[in-house]
Amino acid sequence: MEHYWQEISALTMRWVRRLSREKFSMLFTLVQPMLFWLIFFGNLFQRAADAQVMQAPNYISFLAAGVVVMTVLNNGLAGGVDLLFDKENGFLERLMSTPIHRTSVILSRFIFVMAITSMQVLVILGVSYLFGVHPATGILGVAMILLIGMMFGVGLTAISMAMAFSVKSHGDFFSVLGFLSLPMIFLSSALVPLTAMPGWMSFLAQFNPMTWAIDAVRPLILSGWSEALPHVGMVIVVMLVFDALCLYGGAKAFRRAMG
Amino acid sequence: MDRTVAIDVSRLCKTYDSHNAVDELSFQVYAGEIFGLLGPNGAGKSTTLRTLITLLHPTSGTATIMGYDSVREADKVRAMIGYVPQERAIDRFLTGREHLQLLGALYHLTKEEATKRIGELLTLVELEAHADRPAKTYSGGMKRKLDIACGLLPDPKILFLDEPTLGLDVQSRLRIWEYVRMLKARGMTVVMTTNYLDEADQLCDRLAIIDGGKIKTMGSPAELKIALGGDIVALTLKEIDRMPALEADLKNRPAITSVRATTKGLDIRVESPEKALPTILESANRLGCSIEFIQYNRPRLDDVFIAHTGRAITESRPEAESA
Repeated sequence: MEHYWQEISALTMRWVRRLSREKFSMLFTLVQPMLFWLIFFGNLFQRAADAQVMQAPNYISFLAAGVVVMTVLNNGLAGGVDLLFDKENGFLERLMSTPIHRTSVILSRFIFVMAITSMQVLVILGVSYLFGVHPATGILGVAMILLIGMMFGVGLTAISMAMAFSVKSHGDFFSVLGFLSLPMIFLSSALVPLTAMPGWMSFLAQFNPMTWAIDAVRPLILSGWSEALPHVGMVIVVMLVFDALCLYGGAKAFRRAMG
Repeated sequence: MDRTVAIDVSRLCKTYDSHNAVDELSFQVYAGEIFGLLGPNGAGKSTTLRTLITLLHPTSGTATIMGYDSVREADKVRAMIGYVPQERAIDRFLTGREHLQLLGALYHLTKEEATKRIGELLTLVELEAHADRPAKTYSGGMKRKLDIACGLLPDPKILFLDEPTLGLDVQSRLRIWEYVRMLKARGMTVVMTTNYLDEADQLCDRLAIIDGGKIKTMGSPAELKIALGGDIVALTLKEIDRMPALEADLKNRPAITSVRATTKGLDIRVESPEKALPTILESANRLGCSIEFIQYNRPRLDDVFIAHTGRAITESRPEAESA
């Protein structure tokens, strides 16, 4: 157990060090979602969006939940990228030839991605605050938002790592990533509520776990606990199933690649 | 000879889809020797090596490292071996020292142990001055040195090197050879793959020539060369009309193993050139054969390779290309 902890903390430190050496990339990772989506998109659609349809005082306050979950989505789906490079340049083999527990590398990656994502979510909520979006459920609600984000993030990171272990080349990886990310966003309640979507899109969006996450985060920000709780209960169940599926698939891909 | 067996590979097979990457491989590596797996790309060297370092599970057969099974007792094996991968397995953002610190934790060294050993290794591979620079600033040779330091960090009983000098300049190459010899002198067992014949010849105590997943031949470089039947004296004659007479005269002479006519002269296999050359010259003189050219060749490992695989190491296998 002591060894396990030593392995995981050393491997997690490596991810932190890498990020700190790429200051430029770190800045962009942090700034991009709030700059592009929250500030530009949010303000751009301020007048085009109908407050009646959005059920929110303004578009930014509606969008904040979507941007939070979108950040979780993008970080999660990109969570396997570093392992993909490790696999391609042989670093992963070097790690796996040491007497470490087979899950240490993966666990370190989960810890790192979750930590970064949580920080980003806090930054987004902070910037939203400056635009006048004050979470209705307070600090406890923010903690709840982080929990939902992490539950969604674990499954996404597992998918990403499974892909990293399975793909033949990193070109394939990034093609699939690009193909997944935007449809996931458009076919969810991130940018408009389901009621305002064309029928076929809202139908598909119901099956998107992202919709469930957003539908729980949004009332936590906009309305309050009484409205949020049923959604929160629901999303926890949905995410447990989602995570179980993703982790099962991820474990299979990992065993195939390492066996 | 009774020597301690460090690695015992028995009827090892590894099959991908329906392609046999390694086919019924059996060999032993003795403690304290440098053992080479020599073969062209796609021969099955890397597959064999990856099985020995527990990264691949054999389809059938077993590999035992220091008495431990590579699959069932993989953790015990991993704790005793060091591995230097073929690719420059370097994290470009980490410094040399950070690489070694990371591995120190993965081998469960205490901070004090790790610090001491890292200091020693950085001195050994002459990287102290660059230890705190990110690896992306390193030259190819420096990266290789760091690779080797990483492989040595666990103070392994057996060090595995996958193509240790691939793509290196001559000086770095000689440097790496020096390290490997020094490690052997310290009593370490070294297993390496290579597709450089001179490297195998210079460095390995024993080697196995692998092609198409099978061992074609095995032994020390000297044994393998001798097994080809000795040195060759090649004569080029001015006129070839008296060649049959000379050929007949030289056959069955002591010190001469065989004589073979070529288009322009004779290829004579000899046991010792010192004894054979005077005989050959005397016969040629006596029979009035004027010699235009004499060439004397010691068999090189290239010849061994060609004799056992039917082609030069630089020519790829016809099947391997489509795979």
